Amino acid sequence: MERERIEIRWHGRGGQGAITAAKIVANAAFESGYKGVVMAPTFGTERRGAPVFTSLKISKNKIYDLSPIETPDMVVVLDHTLLEEVNVTTGLKKGGLLIINTPKPLEAYDFEGIQVAVADVTAHALESNLPPGVVNSGIIGAFSKASGLVDIERLAKAVEDEFHDKKPRRNADAARRVYERTVMGGKK
Amino acid sequence: MHLIESGNVAAATGVKLSRAQVIAAYPITPQTPLTEKLSEFVAEGSLTAEYIPVESEHSAMAVCIAASSAGARAFTATSANGLLYMNEQLHWAAGARLPIVMCVANRGIGAPWTVWNDHQDSISQRDGGWIQLYANDHQQIIDTVIKAFRLSEIVSIPVMVCYDGYLLSHTYMPFEAPDQDRVDAFLPLFSPKNKLDPDQPSNFNTVTLPDVRPDVRGNLAPGYMEIRHTLHQDMRNSMEVLKDIDQAFLDAFGRGGTPFVEPYRCDDVEHVVVCMGSLSYHMRDVIDQLRSEGVNVGVMGVQLYRPFPDQAMVSALSGKRSVMVFEKALSYGNQGALYADIKSALYNVDRRPLISNHILGLGGREIKTQHLYDAVKQACGNPETLGDTPHWIGLKCQAS
Repeated sequence: MERERIEIRWHGRGGQGAITAAKIVANAAFESGYKGVVMAPTFGTERRGAPVFTSLKISKNKIYDLSPIETPDMVVVLDHTLLEEVNVTTGLKKGGLLIINTPKPLEAYDFEGIQVAVADVTAHALESNLPPGVVNSGIIGAFSKASGLVDIERLAKAVEDEFHDKKPRRNADAARRVYERTVMGGKK
Repeated sequence: MHLIESGNVAAATGVKLSRAQVIAAYPITPQTPLTEKLSEFVAEGSLTAEYIPVESEHSAMAVCIAASSAGARAFTATSANGLLYMNEQLHWAAGARLPIVMCVANRGIGAPWTVWNDHQDSISQRDGGWIQLYANDHQQIIDTVIKAFRLSEIVSIPVMVCYDGYLLSHTYMPFEAPDQDRVDAFLPLFSPKNKLDPDQPSNFNTVTLPDVRPDVRGNLAPGYMEIRHTLHQDMRNSMEVLKDIDQAFLDAFGRGGTPFVEPYRCDDVEHVVVCMGSLSYHMRDVIDQLRSEGVNVGVMGVQLYRPFPDQAMVSALSGKRSVMVFEKALSYGNQGALYADIKSALYNVDRRPLISNHILGLGGREIKTQHLYDAVKQACGNPETLGDTPHWIGLKCQAS
């Protein structure tokens, strides 16, 4: 049943904007030729601050299967403290990619068989003059750098479009800034 | 223009493009974001409509009935227990022949309380005289909403546009939003034959005697039974109207062509899986896999459920070895409603297929591709043994 597709799970806290981040990537991926993009949030139990996740599937062809992702190729974590509450690597494919917004260095993380990428998105977003806690535009930069899936300029444009009435340039600037400062671990 | 948005936004965009004039709704999960979006459109001025927040779904439908009676294009949306709370007014809207369009973001019915998807809510309303259309993805949601307004206004029958709660309502995927001027050309302004008009006072839907009688002008007026017979006949005839509308939409927008059922890889197959809503698309992945393994099976989605497209069922299913009906609803104490309807449609065909019923996904129980694969493969393997009793897929324990 597996068609050629890329599955990305986004972990955040309710209100943090994981859905918006995944939607920005969905838009940019669609624009760059992926005709199948499906993004499905956690259903029914969203509460501010509580752990939530969003499934994003990307494919060259239309996607018919709307069921949640079980074996993601990539996992994006918008808040490193979630690692203490949620097993974010559940189902992550061997050799898969884990992208974390964290103030800690790469060496603080060790996951068997998983490639880790880190960026202090929270701090970099402040440098882009965004209000404290806005991380869902900056994390896009880390995603672009670590995954290589969608070009950063296309994503920055998608960030501007999504935040057209909420500081579009600063949000796009945060994505570019984080792109430059994302630190990649080696492939395991 | 392509958008990547939720199914609820696809529906709201269709309502906006259809230039609904009165919208009355009460929030209920998972429909709420649809009517929130419409209230935003009205507030920002991109949709010129009267948005009436009401205190219940019963009132929402009552407002739509009043608005439609006065000649306005009326819209509402709901789910599950909200739909049930409208029940009396739903029957009234159909009997009064009012072309109201309503979206139902399908959700299971409490008790026990659930907010997640199945089809029990709209299926439980199948006998009320509403046309029921089911959409499989966001493109079908927006297209079906636009077609529904044209259909309802031509046949003077209200139309429900049903789509899976959460699976479609809250999932984001790309869809094409047609240009406003092209929708305007496809869907002319609503001009009802009869409407409330202070200059020409009249009574609508007063007590109607069992027998016929002369009206105020001395003409023979139909009784209740004639009026209901006409509703039934017009429901049946609405299939031809829907077919024409679907063709006109295909000509104008390049999408459609399957007004009643949507077969996938069903030509010359032995077995056909039948289901409604997004499940019929999910099933396509299973069909592709099974076909690659040599199992001769296709899947057919049902897009029109009421009136029931029995001739389309006969054409599609007659002569197949077996038909498997997968449903997210059932008539408790009997069988799945769709299953019973298909079985009945096939009763008189010469080459009657074996037929089985499979219940799944109630109250949002996750439908895994592997479960579908296993169930279809097994059913294709020995269709003679399946019998007439519904098979429940994915049960994990017994309720005490």
